[in-house]
Amino acid sequence: MNSIHFMWAAYIATWAILGGYLVSIVRRYRRLQREQKDLQGKGFE
Amino acid sequence: MKKAFSILAVFSALLLAYATYQALVVAPTERTMGDVQRIFYYHVPCAWTAGCLFCVNLLASIAYLTWKSSKADALAVSAAETGVVFCSVVLVTGPIWARPVWGIWWTWDMRLTTTLVLWLIYVSYLVLRKFSDSAQTPKLAAVLAIFGALDVPLVYFSIWFFRTQHPQPVIGGGGSLDPRMLRVFLINLLAFSFLGAMICWWRFRLEVFQRELDEALALEALLGPDGLPQVSARSRSPLGKSPSATGPA
Repeated sequence: MNSIHFMWAAYIATWAILGGYLVSIVRRYRRLQREQKDLQGKGFE
Repeated sequence: MKKAFSILAVFSALLLAYATYQALVVAPTERTMGDVQRIFYYHVPCAWTAGCLFCVNLLASIAYLTWKSSKADALAVSAAETGVVFCSVVLVTGPIWARPVWGIWWTWDMRLTTTLVLWLIYVSYLVLRKFSDSAQTPKLAAVLAIFGALDVPLVYFSIWFFRTQHPQPVIGGGGSLDPRMLRVFLINLLAFSFLGAMICWWRFRLEVFQRELDEALALEALLGPDGLPQVSARSRSPLGKSPSATGPA
């Protein structure tokens, strides 16, 4: 591996970590929205 | 509020795209290290952002201990989680840079070790938040956060206090940086700081939403599906005793 491969590896790792975290936030947010809809369906606000 | 957030998210994405273009294309190639030096444009801004987020966690923890504000506690946990993510980027990109430059992935150098300890402290903070159900958890976590934050200045000043292999700071540390590199570095610093603030804000909204929903679920459990208070067999029985306990008088 030469210098440029290490550079790409670092950039890809950065975006994999940040992207993975953003996806996890979106999934948690959607799960909460589903739970909120279920509660509203039962008459709770 | 939602529209403002969307506009800021788009702005953040554009700023990051511009900063990445600057780092990969516009910044000159370093003479001795070559292209691997460009990792610096991601590594240092992520370290700065993580440090800022841990400082937010410290301030929010102090605010929680002072005023017992639930919002302050929510901000503390959001800042800690986002800070751990940025600190993880630092701990991954650092060894990727070190392998071709130093010839090793890791060394127990003071800067590297204190950064790893910092990451471990905040991971333990998040584990405590996730797996402890005690009412005292936010208070314990706030105290842990205050002790954890003591490591932040130690990480920063470790390269002054100890003999270390880690490069000296480029700003305020006697190191020199080409003005074109400095410009690209500052653009990336701004972009990652903005991204950190955006993610922390989003995570904070999620935490507040989660707490509101937990309260609603607790209310549902208390009132039952018909919206009336749940009456146990014990309280229905005469004299407030359970049927089995009300034997012949």
